[in-house]
Amino acid sequence: MKKFLIPLALFFVLVVFLAIGLKRDPKEIPSPLMGRVAPAFTLPTLDPNAPAFDPQQMRGQVWMLNVWATWCVACRQEHPLLVAFSKANQLPIVGLNYKEVQAQDLQQGTQPDTAQTLAIARQKSAAWLQRFGNPYAVSVFDLDGRVGINYGVYGVPETYLIDQAGVIRYKQIGVLTPEVLTEKILPLVKALNAS
Amino acid sequence: MIIEIGHFALILAACVALIQGTLPLMGTWRQDGQWQALAKPTALLQFALIALAYGTLTHAALIDDFSVKYIAGQSNTLLPVPYKVASVWGGHEGSLLLWVLMLSGWTVAVAVFSQRLPLPMVARVIAVLGLISAGFLLFILITSSPFERLIPAPADGRDLNPLLQDPGLVIHPPMLYMGYVGFSVAFAFAVAALLSGRMDAAWARWSRPWTVVAWMFMTTGIALGSWWAYYELGWGGWWFWDPVENASLMPWLFGTALIHALMVTDKRGGFKAWSILLAIGAFSLCLLGTFLVRSGVLTSVHAFANDPERGIFILILLALVVGISLTLFAWRAPKATLGGEIGLVSRESMLLANSVLLVVATAAVLLGTIYPLIIDALNLGKLSVGAPYFNAVFVPLMVPVIFLMVPGGIAHWREAKLQSLARDMRLPATAAIVAGAAVWLFTDRGTALTGMGIGLAVWVVVGLLVQIADRLKKPGRIAPSFWGMHLAHLGIAVVVVGITFVKGYEEERDVRMAIGDNVTIANYDFTLREVTVVDGPNYKALQAAVQVFKNGQPIEVLRPEKRKYFSSSMPMTEAAIDYGWFRDLYVAMGDPIPGDKQQWAIRVYYKPFVSWLWGGAVLMVLGGLLSVSDRRYRNTKKTLAA
Repeated sequence: MKKFLIPLALFFVLVVFLAIGLKRDPKEIPSPLMGRVAPAFTLPTLDPNAPAFDPQQMRGQVWMLNVWATWCVACRQEHPLLVAFSKANQLPIVGLNYKEVQAQDLQQGTQPDTAQTLAIARQKSAAWLQRFGNPYAVSVFDLDGRVGINYGVYGVPETYLIDQAGVIRYKQIGVLTPEVLTEKILPLVKALNAS
Repeated sequence: MIIEIGHFALILAACVALIQGTLPLMGTWRQDGQWQALAKPTALLQFALIALAYGTLTHAALIDDFSVKYIAGQSNTLLPVPYKVASVWGGHEGSLLLWVLMLSGWTVAVAVFSQRLPLPMVARVIAVLGLISAGFLLFILITSSPFERLIPAPADGRDLNPLLQDPGLVIHPPMLYMGYVGFSVAFAFAVAALLSGRMDAAWARWSRPWTVVAWMFMTTGIALGSWWAYYELGWGGWWFWDPVENASLMPWLFGTALIHALMVTDKRGGFKAWSILLAIGAFSLCLLGTFLVRSGVLTSVHAFANDPERGIFILILLALVVGISLTLFAWRAPKATLGGEIGLVSRESMLLANSVLLVVATAAVLLGTIYPLIIDALNLGKLSVGAPYFNAVFVPLMVPVIFLMVPGGIAHWREAKLQSLARDMRLPATAAIVAGAAVWLFTDRGTALTGMGIGLAVWVVVGLLVQIADRLKKPGRIAPSFWGMHLAHLGIAVVVVGITFVKGYEEERDVRMAIGDNVTIANYDFTLREVTVVDGPNYKALQAAVQVFKNGQPIEVLRPEKRKYFSSSMPMTEAAIDYGWFRDLYVAMGDPIPGDKQQWAIRVYYKPFVSWLWGGAVLMVLGGLLSVSDRRYRNTKKTLAA
């Protein structure tokens, strides 16, 4: 009798693993940067008259880096949440605009230089932020995606929580939801501010 | 309006399935013949209702009714009509509907072809099938209804995934589903045998043809999928060890083991519990495959939309179906009687070894497939298991399986004499060693592995020739199933040859070419003549004309395409292939490379014997067809009395 129960027992173990697996997202890959100092960069901002932005400027406070682009449809989904959250003045949100200017934005055959591309990017994103609201304390442009590569950006949108010492504490791949914000990010912010 | 009729019919079908699954079963309990007799009419009614539901969805696809959310997501006005029909099973909801349609179709087939079976047995089998069907119908109705409306209706649909717009892929899912669902019949027979408590050889005889037919569909489905991946994905690969591929390979391996174990149960009365366990296992793996594919617990190149809620539903269904049947197995199987004595060297022992090896191979594939999930569940990190693991584990397990095909066929039932067995195997062994050594030592890139591959194939082919010659010496009519078995085994040898040559001798070049450029592989020269723009019904394409020369003689112009479908931003690669008996020439076009001179990325492959992979599958299916055509299966009454 006992040996005939073996298949049932094996199957039971399998079901337990499958049930746990259901709760996980196979696409969720922990960032190798978690717990490390956020990579440094210097990027131009939305305001052409403002100086370039460097994460060093945010030292001493907890802040959020949100990767977005006007061509990103999912960003529109999370944007209202960001706008509402920014009004609560809990922490500054920095917008990292990722590869704003895509091939189809350019006239066929033209090869604009960096200054021209930056102008196009400023124009496009300013119009977009005016329409959907601007939650960002600062908006910076990562035109060629180099900074995105350093941060390990898989896709847009992505959001990073960075602490007073410039260490990445949390990374959200994909759309930010109210649950993630209230259950994961805000408690973390509270703990970081208390320390 | 019509689509609501379909929805209503499906709800009715679920109610009928519940009746079909319960009353006949209670009838066998109470020994009430009238309740048992309900099984057949309810099965027919259920099929008619599901067919009606399916028909309304197909109708909606044909008339471009985009107010149906599912059709709007799968179809498009520009889509050619055959693809509109296929778009019904292009997505999650519709493919599940096809699943239950086939399940009820198989049930009707059981009802029709089981006139000679005792009524309680038929009632149990049909009731078990009805319960499975009820589970899936509830799954569709609760979590994945294809009958939802989308108001206001969009002007045009999102179009069928361009990857799926291909004749090979239009028939691939239905074939695979026929296989998946077909194993439910063997499963239902096994559960019915457990329920009745009479695990004699009869149930094995009844379920043998059903198992073989399901296995044939599955073989066809897997081969079509592999062929499609080969010519459509543009990488020249034919098997990727993707979770979804593995989900179809695992029940196939179990099914193969089941076919062989059932033969022993039928002829010698042995392995009764083992056969039942294999039958339960084969169908459980089909359900597990459905779960893996549909729940999104694993990442796969088959990027289906997935939803955790659906995952939970399938998991519960899986746990119920498999859990109950395995409990039943643990309760009833110990009562199964043992068959006749089995010698250490006998056909039975070889078939047992074979099916154990196939089960172990399945377990290895299963482990590799769900290993990422287990590691994640144990919080040990994220990883993926790739082809190196599968090749390293699977190939060594398949070698003894293929080796055993020869002695297993030659050895006598009950007890074989080692000496005479060794004498019969001398010829195949010599031929295999000579052929393998020749390939290893005398071909350009021969290795021990290619030598072994060819040696194994020769071993099987000469081995089956020896068996056929032996049989022809004996008097009496030769049954079609004899030829069927050898044809299927020949198919395996042909596949082994294909795999060995492709793996050992394929060549590929990945080059950038401008008009007039030339690339050479394996005696063939490829010259890029021109690149033109071509218009398709729902796409625009860049088409290259590549002239192929063999030893300086022009033989063919290949026209690979890079397609851009209007509905999708993703460009599709359409490879051009020159098929041959002994080699394929394969050209795929990549992206244009900007520069002073316009260039394109072009991939050129020389694939020796690659068509043998699918040729072997065709032989296996034909072998199965010959087997089920055997009259023996239809004279069940006589054998019952015996």
